[in-house]
Amino acid sequence: MARFGIVTFPGSNCDHDAYHAVKHVLGEDATFVWHQDTDLSALDVVVLPGGFSYGDYLRSGAIARFSPVMDAVVDFANAGGLVLGVCNGFQVLCEAGLLPGTLTRNNSLRFVCKPTAVRVERIDAPFTTQYAPGQVLSLPVAHGEGRYVADDATLNALESNNQVLFRYTDADGRMTDAANPNGSMRNIAGICNEARNVLGLMPHPERHVELLLGSDDGRPLFESLRASVNDAVPTSAA
Amino acid sequence: MPTYHATISVTLRPSILDPEGKAVHQALQNLGHTMVEDVRVGKRIELTIDAEDEDAAYEVAETSCQKVLANPVTENYAIDITAASPSAA
Repeated sequence: MARFGIVTFPGSNCDHDAYHAVKHVLGEDATFVWHQDTDLSALDVVVLPGGFSYGDYLRSGAIARFSPVMDAVVDFANAGGLVLGVCNGFQVLCEAGLLPGTLTRNNSLRFVCKPTAVRVERIDAPFTTQYAPGQVLSLPVAHGEGRYVADDATLNALESNNQVLFRYTDADGRMTDAANPNGSMRNIAGICNEARNVLGLMPHPERHVELLLGSDDGRPLFESLRASVNDAVPTSAA
Repeated sequence: MPTYHATISVTLRPSILDPEGKAVHQALQNLGHTMVEDVRVGKRIELTIDAEDEDAAYEVAETSCQKVLANPVTENYAIDITAASPSAA
């Protein structure tokens, strides 16, 4: 069974959604990890959930990055552990230096809370194997600071390394300005690191895991993680 | 040990879109201040630092900016140090 740890920072508010997605929908093992904890050795996947950690003071994610748990998350990621950052979790990953670039104020200046169409760019990362390439998902966004920004050199490196896993598009998969909810550069909705074991994305896959909630397009992301974990674990250990 | 005040301005780099500045600019236009050509909004952060001397205080402020107070991807910072206690003068 894949073991997911969901980090709770002061101000996290999507930790229970992530827990529900993993535990009740996926049927895998989920535990909460308090931001003061530093032992992640029992986990296969670490989830940094959405919310407003530390009130988003200074910059989103800037204070959370100094939580005791984050040193452990950096070590976990550098050792090849799977790390998923959603929304505020994406912001924390950027502040912690695990992902390049940063998330700034939406160009509309408004908090945007709505379902968006998100295109799957690559399925060769442990987060996306259960999708089809180019598949257009319905995933909700809910953020005031989600505009992905990086310099041209960083953006070009992300493209050439195939690190852009998700982009905002219209329902037909066309990359347009109108489909971009926050003004993100190159319509970027989610990126992974070069080693492909750390993903940050602004849309919330954990909120679209059941048809009852409008869509289950987020579910294959968690199923991809489960498949990656199960593939990695030698069967003799069972 | 003498005490110093560090006044730090954190501003968005010129190349970074500043939607807040744009909104304020629009408000000033609406106020009739059409001569205001541009607005950029930043942050002012004040630190009170006990340090051996001004250079040591500056170093504390600078590492604070580099590691926490500013994000080098999008922001610049400027530091102004002044003596706060008579012994620091």
